[in-house]
Amino acid sequence: MVASMKAIRQEPDARKVLLSIDDLHVWFELRRFGFGHAGYVKAVDGVTFVLYAGETIAVVGESGCGKSSLMKTILALYKPTSGKVIFEGEDLSTLSRTAMHQYHSHVGYVQQDPYGALPPFMNVQRILEEPLIVGGVRNREERLERVRKAMAEVKLSPVEDFLLKYPHMLSGGQQQRVVIARAMIMEPRFLVADEPVSMLDASVRVEILKLLRGLQEKHNLSVIYITHDLSTVSYFSERIFVMYAAKLVEKASVRHVLDNPLHPYTMALLTGTSEPDARNAETFKAIPPGEPPSLVKPPSGCRFHPRCPKIIKGICEFKEPPDFEPEPGHLVACWLYQ
Amino acid sequence: MLISLLIITALYAVIKIPYDQAISLWRGGETVWYKNPKFAPPAWFNTFSRNKLPVSFAVNTADGGMTKTVTAGAQGTGTVDIRYAFDYQYDAYPQEMLLYFTSKFAQKQPFVSIVWLTPDGRKIRIDDLGVGQKQTLRFSQDERLLQRLQGADPMQALFQDPKTHAITKGNYQLQITGTTFEAGSDIDAEFVFHGELFGLAGTDQQRRDLVVPLLWGAPVALIFGLVASLGTLVLTMMIAAVGTWYGGWVDELIQRITEINLVLPFLSILVMIGTFYSRSIWVILGVTVLLSIFTGSIKSYRAIFLQVKESPYIEAARAYGASDFRIIFQYLIPRMIPLLIPGLVSSVPAFVFLEASLAVLGLGDPVLPTWGKIINDADTNGALYKGLYYWILEPAALLMVTGFGFAMLGFALDRVFNPRLRDI
Amino acid sequence: MEQSHSLLRIEDLVLHFKTTHGPVQAVDGVNFELGTNRAVVILGESGCGKTSLAKAILRLLPRNAGTYSGRIYLDGKDIMLLGDEEFRQNIRWASISMVPQAAMNALNPVMRVGEQVAEPAIVHLGVDRNGAISLVKKMFQRVGVSDDFISRYPFELSGGMRQRVTIAMALITSPSLIILDEPTSALDVLTQANIFNVLKRLKKELGISFILITHDIATSSELADDVAVMYAGQIVEVSDAYRFFERPLHPYSQKLMASVPRLHGTKEPEFITGQPPSLIDPPKGCRFASRCPFVFAKCADDPPDFEKDGRKVKCWLYA
Repeated sequence: MVASMKAIRQEPDARKVLLSIDDLHVWFELRRFGFGHAGYVKAVDGVTFVLYAGETIAVVGESGCGKSSLMKTILALYKPTSGKVIFEGEDLSTLSRTAMHQYHSHVGYVQQDPYGALPPFMNVQRILEEPLIVGGVRNREERLERVRKAMAEVKLSPVEDFLLKYPHMLSGGQQQRVVIARAMIMEPRFLVADEPVSMLDASVRVEILKLLRGLQEKHNLSVIYITHDLSTVSYFSERIFVMYAAKLVEKASVRHVLDNPLHPYTMALLTGTSEPDARNAETFKAIPPGEPPSLVKPPSGCRFHPRCPKIIKGICEFKEPPDFEPEPGHLVACWLYQ
Repeated sequence: MLISLLIITALYAVIKIPYDQAISLWRGGETVWYKNPKFAPPAWFNTFSRNKLPVSFAVNTADGGMTKTVTAGAQGTGTVDIRYAFDYQYDAYPQEMLLYFTSKFAQKQPFVSIVWLTPDGRKIRIDDLGVGQKQTLRFSQDERLLQRLQGADPMQALFQDPKTHAITKGNYQLQITGTTFEAGSDIDAEFVFHGELFGLAGTDQQRRDLVVPLLWGAPVALIFGLVASLGTLVLTMMIAAVGTWYGGWVDELIQRITEINLVLPFLSILVMIGTFYSRSIWVILGVTVLLSIFTGSIKSYRAIFLQVKESPYIEAARAYGASDFRIIFQYLIPRMIPLLIPGLVSSVPAFVFLEASLAVLGLGDPVLPTWGKIINDADTNGALYKGLYYWILEPAALLMVTGFGFAMLGFALDRVFNPRLRDI
Repeated sequence: MEQSHSLLRIEDLVLHFKTTHGPVQAVDGVNFELGTNRAVVILGESGCGKTSLAKAILRLLPRNAGTYSGRIYLDGKDIMLLGDEEFRQNIRWASISMVPQAAMNALNPVMRVGEQVAEPAIVHLGVDRNGAISLVKKMFQRVGVSDDFISRYPFELSGGMRQRVTIAMALITSPSLIILDEPTSALDVLTQANIFNVLKRLKKELGISFILITHDIATSSELADDVAVMYAGQIVEVSDAYRFFERPLHPYSQKLMASVPRLHGTKEPEFITGQPPSLIDPPKGCRFASRCPFVFAKCADDPPDFEKDGRKVKCWLYA
């Protein structure tokens, strides 16, 4: 399936760059007793990548690795401490108010917890109208027309049955459809999907993933899919960026990462991901000990070195690895591939 | 139930006695209230008492309450015969009886003779006098009557059996025979009987019918309570929402103001304002709202808003570019409203009581009739000392009904709006 | 089931909840058996009644519990016959303990974790505080938590560490059975894998049995000896893990398996159309009928449990 998707696409480099992230740092100041400086939480610490028009990428990492902060900076909810988010050639930090408004309408946001993502006191129609009102669609008729269209697109049909419902009257899957409809209603150029299925039941999960992929193909959307679950990425993404402790440690196509992971952390993630197989119960998994480091004082050198089973003593502790490219299009920040 | 009754009362009061009228009634004094006795408990007292007290009334010729027959005589003279009979079945004497005459004449004053007929057939001459355009006759202060009765209290003498000194019950009649000396001259009379009891609610030291302030107390109390409660709540919520949303120094400032306000003595400030600045209910209302904004509730709203602020749907709204203003008013505040309605309702009586307490302390609005004012009047006139319990109990009962009603409504709404109390 | 004798046998367990809309049939006639030193996975989607089943076994009934009946044999003794006090003293935590859902948030935030873990030991084993703490140290070692965490507060621990602590707490009275309710659903992949390593080791070294309640099919295979699939308050299939993960019998189990995304799979995952029925007024006959691709006339009747090569399945296809 992934292969077939690839075939009809052009090679990435020939495509138009939609969004590029350039050496992005997002730091939050920690304060002691409300005023004194107590260091920074370096949530995103030097992240660079490009997103092509019509491309889906997955950012994979564990909670606290900074992927949410990265995403929120892309959504312009956080301001970068340094570095740039460039959308269609324009640096977000230089945008005027109106241009920023425009940018907001180009980005759709699909959240993790569908129930929390919907204001409980609004009905579906109102929820979907909100971005239109904010986006300056004054005509009520037109708004309703677009609401219906978006609902039809996420297969909330018959539309009439859902328009006046409140979120708590809907099932988890239906709520997530409303969230997706809301993200799609401004006809965005790209979607940021933050763990869109992790709170859903297995049977609904696939349905939502397929819906998202259908929308992506139909509208040639770019998608940034953020997840901690490697098993769903192959159905959805072309490239995977693996994030560990505020940095991207491996950037490559889905097949490269899943079939030939290079970074020891990626390998660990793959080992940790279970497949339904009764033999699992008899074997212990070789998982690196310890836990991800604090982002206030990350380890020196390679941030994975204290847990790494393949550590090269004398290098990994001291020198931060740059991106190496051991095979074409497969970038990995690890001294093993020097 | 109780609340709707209260609201109906309030509406009734406002429609039946418009504001201006209510004020003039309340501020009226003798000219408005001459018909009423002083310190009279309500008429329904007799229902609970074996000792029946006379109930006040007033009748006049203008509206046909007293029969008036005019017979024309020679040379433009005329005779005006006015009669009024009433049944007296009480065990006490009235406070006072008065006759108010009005007459029309060009040069010659008309003349009246007044006779009192007792049930046992005695006939007592009260007075004979010329009547000016306005003439008042107070039975107990009429010199000639006093002489005629040899110094006995007229109220007693007129209703007593001269031998047994017991009250004679039965049909009394007042006969007024007037003579006019000109064509077009006329006499009208009003007979005012100040019993010991009056009307539905009784009267106070200024003869005022307490029905007026009791009725008018309802809208004043409701408006004060609701406006104070709603005003406090809405402003508190808005300020808390703005503070939490923007955070930083705005939030800090609100926090500090609150902390300072929390240690300020609330009632003392109100008393000071009332004493030195203005006792207008609107000023007091405004100050009450202002002082109630920065209290503990702003802290608890802040805590809730801090949670709501982090919720994903707010984040989504920011992601599609909703303005700060829109987020505060369309996303933050609506989330709170269901949580607050029960609190809103149950905080109404607190403000009603506050207003009443201020009035009791003598800081009530000098213009408006309120429940608190009644209690204050009663207190300054020694109502309890004199045994005039009705004067205090009536407004107190209404205050309690109000408090109870709102408390019940608050509980009921809590059941509706608080999901944790539902279902199970 | 083959070699070991039966530790827990549940027969016709029913637990309904009273609501204003009528009784919710959360657990409606559940039968299954669990051998010593085995782990059964109760697999089901949200709202199928799997957490209620755990509560019914431990008699942790909420205020609005309605009908509660059936038989639960523990080591051959029907524990449903015990009085509440006896049950609390001899069964709950003493023989069966539980790691509740979202357990890492269930720790008391103002109590040191060591004392919290010691609590059941003090109550059930009658040991003194020092004895309990030394026991806590032993348990912490077993689950891989360092000793110096004993005097820390829950907020100082990571999610994975807190989950280990709750497992230690379930373990401290050396019960023969631990019920785990979604033990890893909020945890990251590596932490999850680590926790399962711990559970596997406990099973191997201490001979404990587990009931693992989860919606996550892939990770459930990490511990499963047997699998019981729950749908709309009923168990529709009980099977050994090998054959289950190879070839599930019940159409619902098959659909569920087909919905699991695989790392290296080539097959597209599928989804199940429709929604599970309401537990207030479940449909007559087979409860999955309306979503089942193989539905036929017989499905209008309530299917019994059919036995097929030692597996049990509630489906007329196997009649």
